[in-house]
Amino acid sequence: MRWVNRHVSRSRSAMMGAIPIVLLVVLYLVIAAERHAANPSDKILPLPGAMVEAMWGLLFVPDQLSGRLLFWADTLASLQRLFLGLGISTLSALLVGLLLGLLPPVRATFGTLVTGIAVIPPIALLPILFIAFGLGETAKVALIVIGIAPFMIRDIAGHVAALPREQILKAQTLGASTWQLMIRVALPQVLPRLIEAVRLSLGPAWVFLISAEAIAADIGLGYRIFLVRRYLAMDVILPYVAWIALLAAVLDMILVWTNRKAFPWAHGGRR
Amino acid sequence: MTALLSFKDVWVEYGDKIVLERINLTIEEGAFVSVIGPSGAGKSSLLRLALGQEAPTRGTILLDDIPLAPECGPDRGVVFQHYSVFPHLTALGNVMFGLECAQSPLLAKLTGAARRQAREEAAAMLEEVGLKEAMHSYPAQMSGGMQQRLAIAQALIKRPRILLLDEPFGALDPGIRNDMHQLITRLWTDYKLTVIMVTHDIGEAFKLGTRVLTLDKWRHDPHAPHRYGAKVVYDIPLERNKQESLSQDDATQPLSIVPDDAGITIDRFDNN
Repeated sequence: MRWVNRHVSRSRSAMMGAIPIVLLVVLYLVIAAERHAANPSDKILPLPGAMVEAMWGLLFVPDQLSGRLLFWADTLASLQRLFLGLGISTLSALLVGLLLGLLPPVRATFGTLVTGIAVIPPIALLPILFIAFGLGETAKVALIVIGIAPFMIRDIAGHVAALPREQILKAQTLGASTWQLMIRVALPQVLPRLIEAVRLSLGPAWVFLISAEAIAADIGLGYRIFLVRRYLAMDVILPYVAWIALLAAVLDMILVWTNRKAFPWAHGGRR
Repeated sequence: MTALLSFKDVWVEYGDKIVLERINLTIEEGAFVSVIGPSGAGKSSLLRLALGQEAPTRGTILLDDIPLAPECGPDRGVVFQHYSVFPHLTALGNVMFGLECAQSPLLAKLTGAARRQAREEAAAMLEEVGLKEAMHSYPAQMSGGMQQRLAIAQALIKRPRILLLDEPFGALDPGIRNDMHQLITRLWTDYKLTVIMVTHDIGEAFKLGTRVLTLDKWRHDPHAPHRYGAKVVYDIPLERNKQESLSQDDATQPLSIVPDDAGITIDRFDNN
């Protein structure tokens, strides 16, 4: 049978998906064990025991200086920044995207500006943000927004503009005004796309978050990774990276699930 | 029968390409006008003019003796070949949309008694087009024929002065198309509609219409073919009572052919 025609069942696919991950873990353990056999105090590839020990302190023992449980405080601070940035970007993408996509005069006036902002590498603006907003939370959230909002706006505007012309005309023959067209025809049809845009922006949003935290912060997942890097503390860095990956994957799954549940019409009517 | 829609010396040009030239037409109330012609002869341009999607380059279009604004409005309903229903609304929601827009300018949503009434009206309209069972389905769950039924119901709930059909049955298979012919003829009679239908199917044009317009280029410059536009080359009234003759074979019907000023004759058995 040709490979393109080979159907993989759900349970089988879960099993097959686990194989490369398990292999990678085994490979890591083998190499780490080998290094530790040669040098018992090796820091580059820590063994699981060392990771548990290092993380135990961060997870359950309050920090001597601040009295906080650092791992949870880091997670909370990072997620707060991430969600604020994502929320502001999503709302502005919806609002600006609808206006740009549906109203030709608005597109003519602001389309070029949005494109211009979108092509600036956001990290290049980070110094400006630090100068303008100081080193606090605002600058970090602003970096996320500047990093992902222009892309999302363009995506939403493009999607609205690509709605079939026939639908826009039909709505007008049914008596719809511009406002009614926007809230009853364009807005609901763009929502599934908006969730998709948030999903695609999650990756870049994490990049900008970690970058901002690495440069100037006193708490956060990115801050912690870059802090312990100075001591070659791979036993903290690796669990943190795994934790970030897990958070990102869960967010992604939630978004996919929401999209399917909330907009059955966009998925062939199936729930 | 009074004049509902009239075209007075209408020209459509895109740049230096002339699409339609010297269109003079009067469409009477209650007429079912089929528009046929080869591809690129401006059939769809004519429909876009009537819809208000486009303004003529020259000339005037009058609806009820009032010049037509170059914008779509609720006095003209339309059914396209594709994409004329809203995928995010159920069949019922699609039909209610027109009522909601009229009664609730700010939110385009109705509540309470107004909503119940709109629901009933929409449900009755859906029953009329044979979609009673599919009332709560989304368009993606419907076949092509059902979607076109829905598009017709959606347009008719606004009681438009004119119903414009742009190859509405072009994508349907022959059996379904026949059902749709019966449906549109029944609705046309029951609702006393005025219909303009653009079609590629000559049989369909003669079967349904009370008048068949043929658009074509009537002169040709080999060096600048784009400089001559299409005009109405045949305007054929069909004096038949549609309610009775629908099931009969069209080829056996005597056609009363009124050639245009060009004096060309039409081969009615092997229509163009």
